[in-house]
Amino acid sequence: MLTVGLNHFLVVSAVLFSLGLFGIVTRKNAVMVLMGIELVLNSANINFIAFSRFGNFGLSGQVMALFVIILAAAEAAIALAIVLNIYKTFANVNVDEIDHLKE
Amino acid sequence: MNFYDIIFYIFAAITILSALFVVTTKNIIYSAFYLLFTFFGVAGIYVLLGADFIAIAQIMVYVGGILILLLFGVMLTNKVTGVEIKSGTVQIMPAVIGTGIFMGAVVAAMFFTNWRSEPASLPAGTANELGHLLLNDYVLIFELLGILLLIALIGAASIARREKE
Repeated sequence: MLTVGLNHFLVVSAVLFSLGLFGIVTRKNAVMVLMGIELVLNSANINFIAFSRFGNFGLSGQVMALFVIILAAAEAAIALAIVLNIYKTFANVNVDEIDHLKE
Repeated sequence: MNFYDIIFYIFAAITILSALFVVTTKNIIYSAFYLLFTFFGVAGIYVLLGADFIAIAQIMVYVGGILILLLFGVMLTNKVTGVEIKSGTVQIMPAVIGTGIFMGAVVAAMFFTNWRSEPASLPAGTANELGHLLLNDYVLIFELLGILLLIALIGAASIARREKE
């Protein structure tokens, strides 16, 4: 039970995913929501690489992890540009106060 | 418990504890710095899984790029009048219950499932093999991602620089 196998890596990834989800749903600040998203993407990457290591699929899982890292970089750049624009328009970045589309 | 297991538990503890601090600390700057330790812990886990190139890419892209971007985002979107930069929270209790149930279910499923596990022998280094895969099997996705990154960077610059009329 204590010898590290595939299950242990998957558990770490599941815990990381839940913590990221918790950050996404509870934080008001948009930058903090982005940090939660980064945690979720990292947990997905751990799963990819763990299955690539223990599943005998060659290195395809690692290639997918590399693609996820690239997409995370693009997503962070775009999201921060949007956050900066929100700040210019509303003078804060709290996601619960930006509800002008509601009525 | 051999040496590998001990290293794994250390990296797992670093990752999970600092991730916990990231989502619970009020101060956004502290959160960003705890995120640094999370990324390092995840890179350590990649090394334990034999993914040396991905670990280096993780440190270079996440720590050197995304974390700095996030810090810039924090600095540019707060009036830095005081030292404290706080983030409010909403609906703590429903979120704790909901994500707690979710985490319990997923962790139990991951831990008690009897995965078919046949570890391949570790190659000496993965960079060579990864390069072959990227430029043979996955070359279309690789090129598309290059174009996507270019478009994303141009888009980000144009969105962030737009002046009000």
